[in-house]
Amino acid sequence: MKALEVSGLKKSFGGVQAVDGLAFSVEEYETLGIIGPNGAGKTTLFNLITGLYRPDAGEVLFFGRRLDHVPAHRLAHLGITRTFQNLRLFNGLTVSQNLTAPILGMHGYGLSSAVFRRRRYFKQERSAEEKAHVLLEFFQLADKGSLGANNLSYGEQRKLELARALSTNPRLLLIDEPGAGMNPREIRDLLATLRQVKEHFRLTIVLIEHQMGLVMNLSDRVLVMDFGEKIAEGTPAEVRKDRKVIEAYLGDELKTC
Amino acid sequence: MSFFTSAKRFLLCSIIAYLILKGLFLSGFLTEYIQQIILFSFIAILTSLGLNVIYGYTGQFSLGHAGFYGIGAYTAAYLGAVFKVESIFSFLPILFLGGAAAGIVGYAVGVPILRLRDDFLAIATLGFGILVRVLLDNSDRAIEILGGSRGFIGIPKIVNLEIAFFTMVFLILVTRNLIFSRYGLFWQCIKDDELAATAFGINTARMKLMAFTYGCFLAGVGGALYAYLYSFLHPSNFDFLRSIDFLIIVIVGGMGSITGTIYAGLLWVTVIEGLRIGLPAQALEFRWVLIPIFLIMVMMWKPFGLLARRESKFLGLGKGE
Repeated sequence: MKALEVSGLKKSFGGVQAVDGLAFSVEEYETLGIIGPNGAGKTTLFNLITGLYRPDAGEVLFFGRRLDHVPAHRLAHLGITRTFQNLRLFNGLTVSQNLTAPILGMHGYGLSSAVFRRRRYFKQERSAEEKAHVLLEFFQLADKGSLGANNLSYGEQRKLELARALSTNPRLLLIDEPGAGMNPREIRDLLATLRQVKEHFRLTIVLIEHQMGLVMNLSDRVLVMDFGEKIAEGTPAEVRKDRKVIEAYLGDELKTC
Repeated sequence: MSFFTSAKRFLLCSIIAYLILKGLFLSGFLTEYIQQIILFSFIAILTSLGLNVIYGYTGQFSLGHAGFYGIGAYTAAYLGAVFKVESIFSFLPILFLGGAAAGIVGYAVGVPILRLRDDFLAIATLGFGILVRVLLDNSDRAIEILGGSRGFIGIPKIVNLEIAFFTMVFLILVTRNLIFSRYGLFWQCIKDDELAATAFGINTARMKLMAFTYGCFLAGVGGALYAYLYSFLHPSNFDFLRSIDFLIIVIVGGMGSITGTIYAGLLWVTVIEGLRIGLPAQALEFRWVLIPIFLIMVMMWKPFGLLARRESKFLGLGKGE
């Protein structure tokens, strides 16, 4: 079954064609890596899938269901979550609340339960906290639950962002440049974490990344974008050898890989 | 339902505070004027708490809060005059209706303007506040009894210590329960990062509107109490400068702290009115030199307000049991 199917997708900003007739699909439980030089349209693609932008043309299907015209805040309910290139945690909240907020967004209680503190309020609050705790334990953040999110180190904040994206039990996880701004050691750590996520949660993953090591290691398939178009697609091994890819993107880096 | 049992500590503190105040009021130690100021401080706290929900928790910068306060006051006074309200029991529904009117107007205004952000929202709400002032100034042309720029006179003085104090306590408790529920959590998410909040399933437009409507409701209840405390309304009590008063209380107390609003509300009314009593008559205008200096000092000493985002454990204003 295809988890995500994109066809003829187009989006332009002024004169710039950010995404130009892109088509690809992702099988359920598959991990697709998307690479491409800066400005290739990768993040625009994510914003189109997650409803932050409306496409000029084309369509996005999620398990056969059209996503355009689904409001952006419904996507998490359908089973799509994402992480952001530049961290976007809820910094005024605690680490634990960063997870309970999305969880309570999925399994909530009504206004009267909240105001009058009915039994349902306590039940749902407790189960959200328990669920958050389990996730924090998975990411080795359990002892930091009551800290402010902005008190975590950069690497921990990245982990928390991943935990938050997993908190709503998504079927499709979009990861936008998790390795941005990390040193080689942190990257190794991140790779291990992402591998664990892949093994532990049965998910479909689309990963945008500049760090070749990460993409080639994690992805089942790799799609290469340039100027808003797909220039190559295949297994990591195939893509590495593709002449167009070498010209457009990998260049010298290929020798060092 | 554990509305009361989950707030034992806060209710205990409230009852002790009430008994002390009641004792003071009965002792004849406090003049009528000072009693009125004390009751007014509860109104200021309640109204500022509404602004704290809108601005401090949800991050929607509103400069028109006094407009909603005025709508509550005039609605309650008008309905009271129409239905000849003179007793406490018939006053309670009027109190609620004053809040509801402000909430409904807040909702109607909020639908178009809450898509604006930061400074743009500030300008739009500022405009709304001025609009309300102008409408109140000319209100006698449509409805004679509202009095226009001459003021609304002859409102019975019904608000006493019990009504003002327990309305405040009750609504603080409702606000606390909202803030420490998923709704309060969503509001704070929106303040921190609206886009991320959307990506994690929060209907931000709806939640912002809800916070705004509720905040306006609190302002309306505050206004209704004001009308029946002072028994006279004038449009100048509901203009832009009054909005700034509430904004100062929220910021001095701490954006996103109920406790902070309570302390700052008491402090603000004490400072303004205390200086009026304390300073010699010829130096009265000197207040407006002292107060800004005081504000600058508070902001340098505690840039996030007296309590920042914390709540007092002593008052039992945390999440509770």
